[in-house]
Amino acid sequence: MKAPDFAYARPTVLSEVFDLLDGDGDVRLLAGGQSLVPSLNMRLSAPSLLVDINRLPGLSGIEARDGVVRIGALTRHGEIARSALIAERLPLLAMAAPHIAHAAIRNRGTFGGSIALADPAAEWPACCLALGATMVVASRAGERRVAAGDFFTGLFATALRRGEVLVAIEIASPPAGSVAHFSELARRRGDYAIVGLAAQVARAEDGAMDPRLAFFGVGDRPVLAEATRRVIAGGGGIADAQATLGRDLAPTGDAECAGATKLHLARVLLGRAMAALRTRGDA
Amino acid sequence: MSAGPDNARVVTLTVNGERVSRRVAARAHLVDFLRDTLDLTGTHVGCEHGVCGACTVRVDGMAVRGCLMLAVQADGAVVETVEGLTDRGAIADLQEAFLARNALQCGFCTPGMLITIAELLEREAAPSRAAIREAISGNYCRCTGYQAIVDAVERTLAARAGRAT
Repeated sequence: MKAPDFAYARPTVLSEVFDLLDGDGDVRLLAGGQSLVPSLNMRLSAPSLLVDINRLPGLSGIEARDGVVRIGALTRHGEIARSALIAERLPLLAMAAPHIAHAAIRNRGTFGGSIALADPAAEWPACCLALGATMVVASRAGERRVAAGDFFTGLFATALRRGEVLVAIEIASPPAGSVAHFSELARRRGDYAIVGLAAQVARAEDGAMDPRLAFFGVGDRPVLAEATRRVIAGGGGIADAQATLGRDLAPTGDAECAGATKLHLARVLLGRAMAALRTRGDA
Repeated sequence: MSAGPDNARVVTLTVNGERVSRRVAARAHLVDFLRDTLDLTGTHVGCEHGVCGACTVRVDGMAVRGCLMLAVQADGAVVETVEGLTDRGAIADLQEAFLARNALQCGFCTPGMLITIAELLEREAAPSRAAIREAISGNYCRCTGYQAIVDAVERTLAARAGRAT
């Protein structure tokens, strides 16, 4: 199908974006468009105005400063996948990137767009949660920062307020010895995950693990498995952790499978992750 | 300078080496602009929601979905379609390998396949069979079962490696 009629604007400074967002009607930001344009084509959304932010300067690119990696909201998935800085400092993102759709979509879709959309089955929101990322949000009033744990508030819902634009994501480098693990189950390559796990695992010298386990595809938003984290940090084994996961997750069924199946699959991913972390050479 | 909101605007872009300027509706997709306005019908339209890959074209050197980009967004861009890649001979060996290995039957997916594979061949010198399959996983073919397409890519890779040594 074809998109419905709408007006289009392509501002070149943020202040113009704020002006446009203040206008009447259903005003939407257009970043990579890899989720928004399909929803237009399928007539699932009908904005009156699209504000194309692709030509705004300063919203793209990856840079490291003071132990923090700052990723501009307009940075494309493919740039993250091919970034040497990301591979070295935030390997979890490098592991997740190939799972996002397909090459041509990764060339165009943006990091910030995926996070602002907050699809509960998407990879980046879960990675942000596992890494304790900070969202940098701009508005006419200035900038504010929102922790990933407070940012995802529901199904396609975030802490972004009217008139605000997500401009960057800041992620502190994990401590030395911390390792990343990413896996997801999908029926076909590039599909949204049925269930996925993004994990950043701190490890002490005695081998004790403190894992931040962010599951996605398990509810209306990505979920940090805190009870399971405490069991593993306390020395619990795979079976203990898998049993505890039922206290962290209460997946609802969707078009893919029943909620009980999702919980089972999440336990499978958790078991695989723990087994892989134990046998890794760098452990 | 940025223009204010409008439901249509004039775009100027380079398509297959030629500078074109046209007024387009904001809602028009790049692929419809290429096919319907410029009569470049080599690029195909399939699912119109980014899944099938038939509409894949190059924008500023990168493979993108022509159905997930608006024509107005291509203002100032360099766009290349299968016609452009063919005319400058950039994928002649790949097209020859497609023929030799029967890597197409109905041909509907072929232009998108060629654009996707051309990018893979530029980015990676020696992708594995698994990497080739991963690269074309976003391009649906309902005829060949993919084996022949992967064969054709491997044949092209081998020939290019042979030429390079």
